[in-house]
Amino acid sequence: MLSTDTDVLKAAEDWRRAGKGVALATVIETWGSAPRAIGSHLIIDEDANFLGSVSGGCVEGSVITEALDVIADGRPRVLEFGVADETAWRVGLSCGGRIKIYVERVE
Amino acid sequence: MKLEMLSRLNGERAARRAAIIITDIQSGEQRLVGQDAIAQDPLAPLLDLHLTRGKSALVEHDGRQFFLTVQEPPLKVVIIGAVHISQALIPMMKQLDLSITVVDPRTAFATPDRFPDVSLLTMWPDAVLPSLGFDRYTALVALTHDPKIDDPAIITALRSQCFYIGALGSRKTHERRIERLTNAGFIEADLSRIRAPIGLDIGATSPAEIAVSILAEIVAAFRNERRGSA
Repeated sequence: MLSTDTDVLKAAEDWRRAGKGVALATVIETWGSAPRAIGSHLIIDEDANFLGSVSGGCVEGSVITEALDVIADGRPRVLEFGVADETAWRVGLSCGGRIKIYVERVE
Repeated sequence: MKLEMLSRLNGERAARRAAIIITDIQSGEQRLVGQDAIAQDPLAPLLDLHLTRGKSALVEHDGRQFFLTVQEPPLKVVIIGAVHISQALIPMMKQLDLSITVVDPRTAFATPDRFPDVSLLTMWPDAVLPSLGFDRYTALVALTHDPKIDDPAIITALRSQCFYIGALGSRKTHERRIERLTNAGFIEADLSRIRAPIGLDIGATSPAEIAVSILAEIVAAFRNERRGSA
């Protein structure tokens, strides 16, 4: 693969082994023009440090907030973002696309 | 995801093997399927399809939604020629996560000082290339424009399924190369796989600019092929 997404997965492993709580966010579905391809990863640790991306920076803040909850309770979540979303004024994709993101804890 | 599974996924990648993680979106259940276990999996046809496309995907099976995290082996590039362009290419290729091997039998060129932090083989291509495992995730970049060094490498690549073969040299140099390879028994369909003069035509002149044009051509060769099959 021509990407460094797998370096992100390696970092997720390293962070977890170092004893940090870690969440893995993955783009699982896109509609229209989406900034990052399906399969792109963002990882987040319990201190909100992050690596990788699931959009061009549009929704990362919101994903990080949700990821901290996932790290706390261990329940995977599916998040959806797009201009049609009611949260569009706060977070959304200026490109007009829509994306679905799966967030899970690294156990 | 269990740390053990993430660790296995990273391990498969380090070993240059394909792997897929299947996630049941409703239940969160997951399993990792290595390339050799695909045929035995209940989702085998879907796994095959998406591995060929080289893309992760959300799929449906028996009314359930599964996400397939598709991990292809890392792309490998074999550069023939420890030359100036190679020096410019290598740092750019590292940014793209490519595994790089440089082959050049000329000890004056192939020195660790000129090529730090990269696998550098001071050997003739015919001696070393068969052991490098040319597969559909491999690209050959031939940069010496010396037929004694480039030709055996190109011949190895033509006999493999590698996804990219680029060769430096003017159109005239390439005409003579085609002549030699035709005499060696290759037909037009084989020879059309060679991209020469190497690189996208962006008017590149400096070694770094030529490196950009080569790298862009490699990305295009890999991505367009998969886009076509999607």
